Amino acid sequence: MSPMTTGFWVKGHGQRSLSVSSAVLARTHVSYEVKDNVAVVRINDPTSKVNTLSRHMQAEMVEVMNEIWGNAAVKSAVLISRKPGCFIAGADINMIQACKTAEEVTSLSQEGQKIFDQVEKSPIPIVAAINGSCLGGGLEFAIACQYRIATKSKKTILGTPEVMLGLLPGAGGTQRLPKMVGLPAAFDMMLTGKNIRPDKAKKMGLVHQLVDPLGPGLKSPEERTIEYLEEVAVDFAKGLAGRKVTVEKKKGLVQKIQDFVMGLPPVRKQIYKTVHSKVMKQSKGLYPAPLKIIECIQTGIEKGNAAGYLTESQNFGKLAMTSESRALIGLYHGQVTCKKNHFGKPERDVKKLAVLGAGLMGAGIAQVTIDKGVATILKDTTEEGLARGHQQVYKGLNDKTKKKSLTTFERDGIMSLLSGQLDYRDFENADMVIEAVFEDLSIKHKVVKEVEAVIPPHCIFATNTSALPIKDIAAASKRPEKVIGMHYFSPVDKMQLLEIITTNKTSKDTTASAVAVGLKQGKVIIVVGDGPGFYTTRCLAPMLAEAVRALQEGVGPKKLDSLTTGFGFPVGAATLADEVGIDVAAHVAEDLGKAFGTRFGGGNVEVLKMMVQKGFKGRKSGKGCYVYGAKSKEKKVNSGAEDILKSFKLTAPPAVSADEDIQYRLVSRFVNEAVLCLQEGILPDPVQGDIGAVFGLGFPPCLGGPFRFVDSHGADKLVQKMKRFEEAYGNQFTPCQLLLDHAKDSSKRFHK
Amino acid sequence: IKKTLAKPGVKNIVLVDGVRTPFLQSGTIYADLMPHDLARAALQGLLNRTGLPKDAVDYIVYGTVIQEVKTSNVAREAALGAGFSDKTPAHTVTMACISSNQAMTTAVGLIAAGQCDAVVAGGVEFMSDVPIRHSRRMRKTMLSLNKAKTLGARLSLLGSIRLAHLAPELPAVAEFSTAETMGHSADRLAAAFGVSRLEQDEFALRSHTLAKKAQDSGLLSDVISFKVPGKDIVSKDNGIRPSTMEQMAKLKPAFIKPHGTVTAANSSFLTDGASAVLIMSEEKALAMGYKPKAYLRDFVYVSQDPKDQLLLGPTYATPKVLEKSGLTLNDIDVFEFHEAFAGQIMANLKAMESDWFAQTYMGRKTKVGAPPMEKFNSWGGSLSLGHPFAATGCRLVTTVAHRLQKEGGQYGLVAACAAGGQGHAMVIEAYPQ
Repeated sequence: MSPMTTGFWVKGHGQRSLSVSSAVLARTHVSYEVKDNVAVVRINDPTSKVNTLSRHMQAEMVEVMNEIWGNAAVKSAVLISRKPGCFIAGADINMIQACKTAEEVTSLSQEGQKIFDQVEKSPIPIVAAINGSCLGGGLEFAIACQYRIATKSKKTILGTPEVMLGLLPGAGGTQRLPKMVGLPAAFDMMLTGKNIRPDKAKKMGLVHQLVDPLGPGLKSPEERTIEYLEEVAVDFAKGLAGRKVTVEKKKGLVQKIQDFVMGLPPVRKQIYKTVHSKVMKQSKGLYPAPLKIIECIQTGIEKGNAAGYLTESQNFGKLAMTSESRALIGLYHGQVTCKKNHFGKPERDVKKLAVLGAGLMGAGIAQVTIDKGVATILKDTTEEGLARGHQQVYKGLNDKTKKKSLTTFERDGIMSLLSGQLDYRDFENADMVIEAVFEDLSIKHKVVKEVEAVIPPHCIFATNTSALPIKDIAAASKRPEKVIGMHYFSPVDKMQLLEIITTNKTSKDTTASAVAVGLKQGKVIIVVGDGPGFYTTRCLAPMLAEAVRALQEGVGPKKLDSLTTGFGFPVGAATLADEVGIDVAAHVAEDLGKAFGTRFGGGNVEVLKMMVQKGFKGRKSGKGCYVYGAKSKEKKVNSGAEDILKSFKLTAPPAVSADEDIQYRLVSRFVNEAVLCLQEGILPDPVQGDIGAVFGLGFPPCLGGPFRFVDSHGADKLVQKMKRFEEAYGNQFTPCQLLLDHAKDSSKRFHK
Repeated sequence: IKKTLAKPGVKNIVLVDGVRTPFLQSGTIYADLMPHDLARAALQGLLNRTGLPKDAVDYIVYGTVIQEVKTSNVAREAALGAGFSDKTPAHTVTMACISSNQAMTTAVGLIAAGQCDAVVAGGVEFMSDVPIRHSRRMRKTMLSLNKAKTLGARLSLLGSIRLAHLAPELPAVAEFSTAETMGHSADRLAAAFGVSRLEQDEFALRSHTLAKKAQDSGLLSDVISFKVPGKDIVSKDNGIRPSTMEQMAKLKPAFIKPHGTVTAANSSFLTDGASAVLIMSEEKALAMGYKPKAYLRDFVYVSQDPKDQLLLGPTYATPKVLEKSGLTLNDIDVFEFHEAFAGQIMANLKAMESDWFAQTYMGRKTKVGAPPMEKFNSWGGSLSLGHPFAATGCRLVTTVAHRLQKEGGQYGLVAACAAGGQGHAMVIEAYPQ
């Protein structure tokens, strides 16, 4: 852009007095041309990889639409993005975050509503031509148009993810969607925020036509596919203008019946009730957005458009000011940060990875690696172990074919990258080895030595341990600069977090390479310092110790679970222990207990050891706190475990044993340890601390992570509670210095 | 006269002659036959045409795509029925629409290696009857039934049959790897290269018009008459139907609806037919007193992405085979390309004209260029004559030989695409008159 137009832009933005030609020059985000009486409006934010409905974009869009509507020669319009992977990814979050009051956000919403209302009432038909992500405000824009055509590209997804940011579709989405796809589907979309693929969108009536993505021709597939989409959309626009194409679809019998049933007020009432109670059950009332969404939909349907739109904009404003929304948006930003490599480009790409140990973790790591096209060796010591691991990988991929996210041929192609073996063949070509063998230092040492004898000098040795200090493992290595910790979470193909642990000897290139591999595997990555339990395990251990104490004090597993889930943890503490494995928990508790002393006390480790002795190792062994295997939905408490707890019974001090006290005992120990990790430099910053806690350990997302929780709850209040617990139990509740600092000075915050 | 493509140390291999049954739309006069019946007719026709003593044939190679399970080695069944010596071995090859090309090049290989002197190659496709199978579940039950020892076990197996077991499995002209039908892929290919519906209809009309002209003026001399049991003598292809652009424009798209461009009128149709050629070493042919029709020279097979480049075989194969022969596109006098879809042909022509495509996808410095239309499929093509999958290759080669004789050129080029994202091309040289 020339300096003249830049200067002109600053002055001219939003003014309506510009001549057409200079306005075209000034526009940077939206452009259009008239082809054969069809106005083709192209959007492209030159400053970003994705298009968002920023103020800037909106202003230009309004300008362009007014010009089009004022041009009698234009009989129809096509709205299309020039970006290959993105239609419009949503509203500009920063624009919402910049607002100071609910009223400001409400008026933002009302502006959006107004624009889309004009689009909906457009005198000429507008066709939204969708390729790539069409989310949030982007979808609201599209559904205000008269017709929608989407490509069947893998990148094309439609959805209303606002709920995941603690918000709601605030530009007419809560009003238009139910009319378009029906009440149940609209609830499903808006309450879950899930992405809808093009085929499903067509079936639901969200889009009218699908266009196949094209392969190479005289241009690149991406470029030509957009062009083709435009050609098809222009044809449909002409057809709509000439009334050769009709928007109304003939309704099938099922649809007619559904419409009739939905027309009955008592039926609708029942639906609202059911949805409400379902939301309450799943969210424990901790998330305000879903409830507000229900309210908006209900108001629109029962009280009409005006009331519906008003409720939508007001609720949108209210939600934007909630701590829950701030927490969720914080996590969103954090996740974006943790999906980048801050250590630079590694010297060489990892083209061949070897995984040692075909257990749950090893096979999981192999699966997410081959899934991204990296050749992987999966080595085990026994044929049974190898076969089990191989089957796990196959099943993981095959399940994707059942969900149609993968074809059977793609599955086979991916599987061909996996080499299951019992020996060290081909390790001389490995760029990285990740060991996932048994958590025992002497075994790890043996493995380091064996592997280093066969791998090339550049090969990185990563260890997937959940608690053993990396430097202790690296002690057996001849090249400690190539040794790093890569702590995956189970199940590896589902859990998003990867905790990378560096020792003071780990080289920067080794770290860069480990992060690059993790990112390739689709992980959200935190990079932390070395020490017993690193960051995540170290936070979890004191909380589990407290959970054991609560169990010893007579809080049953079910009660304990409901207290923790009631606080916002997706999995209750007792269930979590079973999932992690009682044996692993015992192991970690003992190791970290030795390292950190009485601060990690609380529950008696002997409880866990005794459970392991009896074979109650958690879900994997069929029994832990609960009994597994029975098909009934109702989980049964393991009476054997209850007997053990009785034999270790403690008396609950009444002053700190109210339900809320138990919740805060669990959470404060978690949070204090997290803050201590930051204080000690194990954790580089609060953002990674929050991401690690939420994505790896299930810390309540509505609280945004331990650090945001301290900010929003108030460090002083938390310290007060801890002091009270400290009196009853001792140093396990002694707040760390950094937390005390924050308690003393309320202007100190972990997040801006 | 241009130079010959003979290479020192490489045997000259010749096409003595080639024939085919009339290509008929499936479900018409051949409907009650079996594949080996058609193949037999082509083989007998070849013997009649060449007067070849049956025991002079060293080997028979035959192509087929949709296999009749009863005659999985259809080459052998047809050879026995056609009266060849039962001492002549025969095997069947399959490579989708280039199956009979594969049969011919297998023959060339056998002769070049000095293992045979005279080989009959050919191909048959019979779309009037295709194997429709029981569902996998039903098959499993039926196979278990064979093993069930007691009446009780049998009854319990029979009792396990549910309605869902009875749903049959129909074959589709779809890629196994991508599950996309070929027509759908052709439509996407046409769109990728910006081939319009009009261009496709025009090309299809051209094919039908030229085929009709060739048929009427007796140029399709490879067609033999075939007395179909219980029916009349068939001596003409029955799918040639020159229409008008207006009529063709009325058709709705057949695969991508409603905005696609590939229709029934600009696609090849399901066809029954068989073809056969006699391939010999030049020495042997001359020794037996034959006047060969052409030399079969260099050939290549290529393969590429079966999803987005399924039908681009000719684009990849043409420059490769020309390079092998030391020729350029300008040296070629006669082009015979398999017309799977008008859109596919037009897309290939555009790809061959594109430097960008050659550089980006083929790793070549420049485009090969598109054949001039006056030399291209001038006696019609698969769109109009019909396309019995595995029989088309021999038709292409025989037609090149006949056109070279008729039009007086020296070099001909055959190119074809095939399912699986494969392709083939062969250079043919006229036999000195």
